[in-house]
Amino acid sequence: MIAEAGLAALWFAAALALLQLVLVAMGLTGRKDELLAAVRPVAVAQGLLTALAFAALVTLFLRSDMSVLLVVTNSHSMKPWLYKFAGTWGNHEGSMLLWVTVMGVAGAAVALFERALRRDTHMATLGAQAAISLGFYAFLLFSSNPFARISPAPADGQGLNPLLQDPGLAFHPPTLYLGYVGLSVAFSFAVGALLTRRVDSAFARAMRPWVLAAWVLLTLGITAGSYWAYYELGWGGWWFWDPVENASLMPWLAATALLHSVTVLATRDALRAWTVMLAVVAFSMSMVGTFLVRSGILTSVHAFAVDPERGSFILALLAIYIGGALALFGWRIGTVREGEPFELVSRETMLVVNNLLLSVILGLVLVGTLYPLLTEAFGHKVSVGAPYFDRIAGPIALGLMVAMAAGPLMRWRRDSAAAAGRRLLVPAAVLIVAAVVVGLLAWGRIGILPYLGLVIALATAVASVTPLWRRSLRRTPLFTWGMVIAHLGCAVSLAGMASDSAFTVEKLVAARPGDVIETAGWRLRFVQILPRAGDNWTALQADVEASRGGGSPTMLHPQARFFASPPTPTTEAALLTRWDGQLYVVLGQEADAGRWQMRIWWKPFVTLIWLGGFLIALGGALALVGRERRGWVLKWRARRAVA
Amino acid sequence: MRLLFAILLLLAPVPLLAQTALPPAPYADRQIDDPALERKARTLMETIRCLTCQSQSIADSNASMAGDMRSQIRERIMAGEQPEQIRAWLISRYGDWVSYEPTAAPILWPLWAAPVLLLFAGLILMRGRIGKRRRP
Amino acid sequence: MRKMLIWLPLALFLAFFALFAGGLFKPDDRVITSKLVGQPLPGFALPAGASDRPALASTDFATGKPRLLNIFASWCVPCAAEAPQLEALRRAGAEIDAIAIRDARDDVDAFLRRNGNPYSRIGLDARSSVQIALGSSGVPETFVIDGKGLIRYQHIGDIRADDVPMILDRLKDAQ
Repeated sequence: MIAEAGLAALWFAAALALLQLVLVAMGLTGRKDELLAAVRPVAVAQGLLTALAFAALVTLFLRSDMSVLLVVTNSHSMKPWLYKFAGTWGNHEGSMLLWVTVMGVAGAAVALFERALRRDTHMATLGAQAAISLGFYAFLLFSSNPFARISPAPADGQGLNPLLQDPGLAFHPPTLYLGYVGLSVAFSFAVGALLTRRVDSAFARAMRPWVLAAWVLLTLGITAGSYWAYYELGWGGWWFWDPVENASLMPWLAATALLHSVTVLATRDALRAWTVMLAVVAFSMSMVGTFLVRSGILTSVHAFAVDPERGSFILALLAIYIGGALALFGWRIGTVREGEPFELVSRETMLVVNNLLLSVILGLVLVGTLYPLLTEAFGHKVSVGAPYFDRIAGPIALGLMVAMAAGPLMRWRRDSAAAAGRRLLVPAAVLIVAAVVVGLLAWGRIGILPYLGLVIALATAVASVTPLWRRSLRRTPLFTWGMVIAHLGCAVSLAGMASDSAFTVEKLVAARPGDVIETAGWRLRFVQILPRAGDNWTALQADVEASRGGGSPTMLHPQARFFASPPTPTTEAALLTRWDGQLYVVLGQEADAGRWQMRIWWKPFVTLIWLGGFLIALGGALALVGRERRGWVLKWRARRAVA
Repeated sequence: MRLLFAILLLLAPVPLLAQTALPPAPYADRQIDDPALERKARTLMETIRCLTCQSQSIADSNASMAGDMRSQIRERIMAGEQPEQIRAWLISRYGDWVSYEPTAAPILWPLWAAPVLLLFAGLILMRGRIGKRRRP
Repeated sequence: MRKMLIWLPLALFLAFFALFAGGLFKPDDRVITSKLVGQPLPGFALPAGASDRPALASTDFATGKPRLLNIFASWCVPCAAEAPQLEALRRAGAEIDAIAIRDARDDVDAFLRRNGNPYSRIGLDARSSVQIALGSSGVPETFVIDGKGLIRYQHIGDIRADDVPMILDRLKDAQ
């Protein structure tokens, strides 16, 4: 029953999306206000129905309803409830349902809460949102039905991939999806504005909070995902430049550029065409990422159930939506006037530099990720991995950090070079001192990129808080705080990355119980190794006593786990976090009689990477609240003035 | 991150490749005593692609063949070979594919030129926006 | 100029679209072939891999007659599956040598007792070093080596029954 209800909700939602599109099209072309009046309720109903369908699937998973194919192939009744719940989106159909749910709910939110946008643009935006949703409903209903039944129902399911059986699964994918798909709102705004030819600062002010919200969630999702991979995969790495990771980074890069260009458009009424283009590109990158990952054309590896039918379906959606939006752009943007050029020394210029560098990095990640596909068409297999991206995108990212530090210290419109120079004096001094000090301490021991990373991180950290200098902190607007904290987060994260790649100490040992291992100031005593059993796994667990500088010891428990359904071995690393870094211990195979392979890393300040990511998201959230609250205050004052 | 994408990916559980019961090769998981040589070996291993797992470097792989390759790389570095010689030797066996670091083969020239081209295109785009003072 | 710029994004997208469509519809080819095909067999000398067969060295190949070099392992399931095909090849006159990867002699003996022994010589490559030198990326694989010691063909994966005539043709071509 529940499965049929979910499927029915989905069909109704699809029908409403079609209705919404038709209402907008007829209402806008025929100027029929009574049709347009129905659009918002329809959008809200559509959002509710998708949420209902999603709730139905969650219920099926929680109840381990083995008459539903998706539950059978991705769940197991013995699984802890959290993984039954999170298992809902740990598969293709479920995650696509999450995708359309986010899209439907975002559309409903735009219908309910968007007040700043001109009415015709608002309606066109909702029409665009309905049009995109429609494609993904079709995809779900015609080629990826999550509610399909299986008959006869098997006794139990096949279980969830053990790598996914981690609390991270409950939090990380939904956040990332909210961000990914939240960008569809920006896309729809851009299409709406192109249709009504209203690309101006009022449009930018209306779009900004939606972009900001999606960007905050995307940042959180990527940060959480990076940490998850770091502790779950057991190789001590936090970013691999894998095609799938790149697929998640590209929308973030585009959204970050969009966030800054939309500010220029809101403040100076310039960069109109560029901002619209970025809004289209950001969500296009989400869709391209989904295509790359689900069609299997890049993530080579063996056993991924790759379905060419699904791949072609998504490819068709790409053609319709991205191709359509870009064609509309070409057709309409010629009528949009560009604003005044900028002065060389001004905040606008720095923001343009920011956009330029972010776009170049985006382009490089895109080209680097797809290049193997291109050469394969010529019969030549190549790999493009970390060495390329680090070496090429790294220096550009460092340049971006410098622009980020300098930008907020410039004035809008026009600044005198001398005054800007005075404001940059302190950060520049820090840069020089840091260059000398870090150079003296570590020269020859660390690579050039980590060195520059550390120096620039220190200088940009100082520069990013400089806008607060000599200001009354209580009267500083919340969105300024947001910017400062987000920029500080970038510096913090960079410091963590540079420190990790410069100072990590690795130790590989084969030890037997009783052995003592000394590395990087730590003393680890391998106490014993014992079998352990969990709900749906068994493991060998090592007890390792770690202490430093005669302090009290902490017991660590790295495990080599074996999951029964499906049968898969995993490693569970043991992490010990201290203020100045993390100790990372992995239990490997038995080397020879009684000796066990262990990998131990001491990673100084590695946690700063994710702390920085969190600060970036926090800054975005503060800016969002700050802008919105100012809107409420102004409205309230206006109302009082009228009264 | 890759994990998450496992989800997007609908990672069907990767079937366990049967692996050998032999203990790992001597230097598969044992560091070279000289830290400078170990760093050289480690840097190289991080850029060699694992053949049996395909989207990992041999430094990050549990596959037995990756272990054998690590051992071989460490032993050759200890014997005085330079990392780039070893990379070239591997490429002569497995092709450019085996190196995560793109080589200088002509088919890869556009890839290396990409940053310059993109920056240049961006600067041309920017030129129109900045620096011209038009006062009313 | 601006006119062209406006349509540039669409043009770029169409290029990417073509790339994606090409990638989607071309036959899936994830196999990493050895770059040594057409080149001489690299030098090696391995200890004997089974108790009743002699050891194997690269010098055993340049004998004027083409031979098969089978890469296998006792712990590899598809290797057992291709054993009947190797036996068929041997009966058709092919001379087959083998390299056992990451193996122990007792295990190889047991494997050959179970699945039959079509090999003339067996080398034991305990650390995959010859496998890597050959540019082979897994087990089982089969190389055709001609009488001058040149690698003429590489077959990746287990030999199926319908591959047998093709392998025999390759051997004949290598005369």
